[in-house]
Amino acid sequence: MDHPYLEVRNLIHEYDGKRVLSIENLKIYRGEIFAIIGPNGAGKSTLLRILNLLERPSHGEIIFRGLVIEPSTDKLFLRRRMVMVFQEPLLFNGTVFENVAYGLRVRKYPKMEIEERVNRLLMKFNIHHLSDRHALRLSGGEAQRVSLARALVFEPQVLFLDEPFASLDPPTKEALREDLERVIRGMKLTTVYVTHDRTEALMLADRMAVMDKGEILQIGTPEEIFNYPVNERVAGFVGVETILSGTVVSQRNGLADVVVTGGRVEVLCESSVGERVLLCIRPEEVTLQGAKDEGRDMISSARNRFLSVVRKVIPQGAIVKVRLDCGFPLVSFVTKQSAEELDLKEGQTVVASFKATAVHVIRK
Amino acid sequence: MELIWEGIKKAVLLLITGDREVIQIALLSLKISGGAVLISMLLGIPLGMLLALTSFPGRRILVAAINTGMGLPPVVAGLFVCMFLWRSGPLGFFGILYTPTAMVIAQVLIAAPIVAGLTIAAIQQLDPKLRLQALSLGASRGQMLITLIKEARLPTLAAIMAGFGGVISEVGAVMMVGGNIKGQTRVLTTATVMETRMGHFDIAIALSVILLLLVFMVNLILTEIQQRGAAPWIIRTWR
Repeated sequence: MDHPYLEVRNLIHEYDGKRVLSIENLKIYRGEIFAIIGPNGAGKSTLLRILNLLERPSHGEIIFRGLVIEPSTDKLFLRRRMVMVFQEPLLFNGTVFENVAYGLRVRKYPKMEIEERVNRLLMKFNIHHLSDRHALRLSGGEAQRVSLARALVFEPQVLFLDEPFASLDPPTKEALREDLERVIRGMKLTTVYVTHDRTEALMLADRMAVMDKGEILQIGTPEEIFNYPVNERVAGFVGVETILSGTVVSQRNGLADVVVTGGRVEVLCESSVGERVLLCIRPEEVTLQGAKDEGRDMISSARNRFLSVVRKVIPQGAIVKVRLDCGFPLVSFVTKQSAEELDLKEGQTVVASFKATAVHVIRK
Repeated sequence: MELIWEGIKKAVLLLITGDREVIQIALLSLKISGGAVLISMLLGIPLGMLLALTSFPGRRILVAAINTGMGLPPVVAGLFVCMFLWRSGPLGFFGILYTPTAMVIAQVLIAAPIVAGLTIAAIQQLDPKLRLQALSLGASRGQMLITLIKEARLPTLAAIMAGFGGVISEVGAVMMVGGNIKGQTRVLTTATVMETRMGHFDIAIALSVILLLLVFMVNLILTEIQQRGAAPWIIRTWR
């Protein structure tokens, strides 16, 4: 992660005088999977088109591998190092083979090599049996597989994905996401991924940006963004769950111990020892107890209990949002009454607890 | 009834024996209309694509003009060409009035707007993202345009068929600028008009049958190209 692979500086984009994008700086590094999340109309797709050199920005600079794109730059040469996959498969009239071969044919690859590469990619995406089928008569999942194979067949250096799974049903989406991640990681492909699905971003991204109304509100790792949203707009979009990244260290009949930075959490999951996971804990699942009560035998079913320091108390109408530090960050919602009874103040010590079943586990 | 029956019998005989004059007329028709459609494609398809894919001031007026041109009455086209090529007209010095060249020009004036207008519609019915997808997959601008035309080949070939059908069956313009000169500018339609007027129904029927066969053959070939690789509609709906 030294020099950015792809960068935009002082980007402003307008349609008929109306500003749709305003981005001071965005850096994408080599080999990373970078997710851009945000609501519909945030300008995510427009940003992708500009990065892919398909659309000329109104103002600002695009820098690809240290080279500033000028009007005189050979855009075709640079564009041929990148590729975009859209939400719709956008297949061409013809067979699956012809579709996947498209990028190689326009680059004038020799016939033998086209055949060899296309077959390899069809295998990779498990669609080799569809090679001679007409592309416009495939199911949604098959068509999107063809679209991805077609994009990766010429080994691009940057892959742009514009909500590629948004129109697929959950099982199809899941299977395709796994195959795609395997291929991307295998090729060490720099990937910029647009989605409005938070879970999808969490699962795939190394880093992510939150966009709204043409602006980037925050850039960081998924954990940074989900645990420390910079403002209410980001929090409103990503939610207020605590997200912890960790490794499974023990596993007995579905009850696993996960070591996270600054602690150890018990969760229910089938992951095996050594596997990397993300833990999502909703604030309404976290209960608080006065520290002086600790030790007085209150039998509780909560498997996870942590001595924590209150960092911030934020009243929000009938509930109070409490930011805690228990070695790792944790957020809890309590009622106004409970907050008063516990006399919650910054710097105070409390016991935070939540059940192993309350933790949502995402396998990385 | 006798008249019609005799006419048909003689027409069949003419067709079977391969009357030299009839064949010569048919070939000239094919050459003139084929040439006119070819030129109309070279003008109309790029113009149609340009108008479908770009926006510039005056574009709408141009599209409206083409749409008007699609319904241009052949006699009006004939009149224009006649006036321009008239001995004392602006292009009179070429001396091409009453030649096949003049007939091709008149037919281009009829067919080019049809091809251009239908090409605009053909390209505009494609998903606009298809253009971005082709470019993103590494197509140059030229390759992208070829891809789009291939994607729109069903309606584009329909445009060519419509253009050909319009000019091969047209009689007004070719009569005015060609003059129906025997052995030089006499084509199937003008010959049919003349023979009918003289009461030679047998020859008129033979010419009409050839005209019909010709249009059918050309459309058969174009349909073959058009339907190649097209995804057939396999869903059977309830009646």
